[in-house]
Amino acid sequence: MITLLKRYWDIFRKPAVHYSLGFLTMGGFIAGIIFWGGFNTALEKTNTESFCISCHEMKDNVYKELMSTAHFSNGSGVRATCPDCHVPHEWTNKIARKMQASKEVWGKVFGTINTREKFENKRLELAQHEWARLKANDSLECRNCHNFEYMDFTQQSPRASVQHSTALAKGEKTCIDCHKGIAHQLPDMSEVEGWQ
Amino acid sequence: MKNRFKKFCISGFALLSVTVSILVIAEENIASLRQDTPLNAVNESPAPLQNASNKDIKRGRSYPMQPPVIPHKIDNYQLDLKVNKCLSCHSRTQIEESQAPMVSVTHFMDRDGNFLADVSPRRYFCKQCHVTQIERSNLIENNFIDIQHLLSK
Repeated sequence: MITLLKRYWDIFRKPAVHYSLGFLTMGGFIAGIIFWGGFNTALEKTNTESFCISCHEMKDNVYKELMSTAHFSNGSGVRATCPDCHVPHEWTNKIARKMQASKEVWGKVFGTINTREKFENKRLELAQHEWARLKANDSLECRNCHNFEYMDFTQQSPRASVQHSTALAKGEKTCIDCHKGIAHQLPDMSEVEGWQ
Repeated sequence: MKNRFKKFCISGFALLSVTVSILVIAEENIASLRQDTPLNAVNESPAPLQNASNKDIKRGRSYPMQPPVIPHKIDNYQLDLKVNKCLSCHSRTQIEESQAPMVSVTHFMDRDGNFLADVSPRRYFCKQCHVTQIERSNLIENNFIDIQHLLSK
């Protein structure tokens, strides 16, 4: 085994004899474009709503629930898709989230939530993951569209403007602390702090 | 024998006609929400729902024992066996943080008058009694006078 690895290492570290430097650099460059481009294209493909709802777990549960909310249907026709809220937009965080998502592939393969009952039983755990993520990044995915700096408090309801100009402005609270369950139904909240 | 049967028939008929006439009169006098609209009349589609008032200004009552109305929007508020969005602000444990009016203490009583530690299950579904309002002029005039004003007259 060691000798086999050593032989390949020797081949790897020797300069090329038959190929020109130009061929190797150009070849490396083109191969780089193909592989990197392919990787990014595949990544972007998994970052679309149609990809998410190609699984019935998403289509029949969370997507269906989203459809009746303001984030799907509203007067202005602007809407949020799954990855807008559930995948970070910035590259490094996006890759980190995509690596975490390998767990979701596992779940799909082994049918962790392949019925409505299973999904409902697991809903609290799944929701808590998302709440924790949004709490940790100060509701970044909300803020990608809803910018606190440009909120006109006079346009908000009295309750909303009070909360936004105090707790949110001071950073004591973040969006997800109050706006749980705005895009999907909530799990059984009897064990969740602030909902008893 | 024949006479008795005749008498029986006559009294029976009289009783029947009286019952029928009472029923007819009663039917005419019963006040119902449909009033004179026949049951088979085709309903017109109702006007589209309007946005609920969201001013957070409490309103006085419009009839005796009226449950307080909701002065804000409750669109998409989840209220089922798993979640009670209303109580996430109006419950006794949450009002300190939310500064919302607390659910009335009567709502902690069961039907035998025993006070429970939490909102009684029969009071759990808030929207059964408490409703939102829309900003509109009254369809009919309300001549309800609250008891305090009535006593001072």
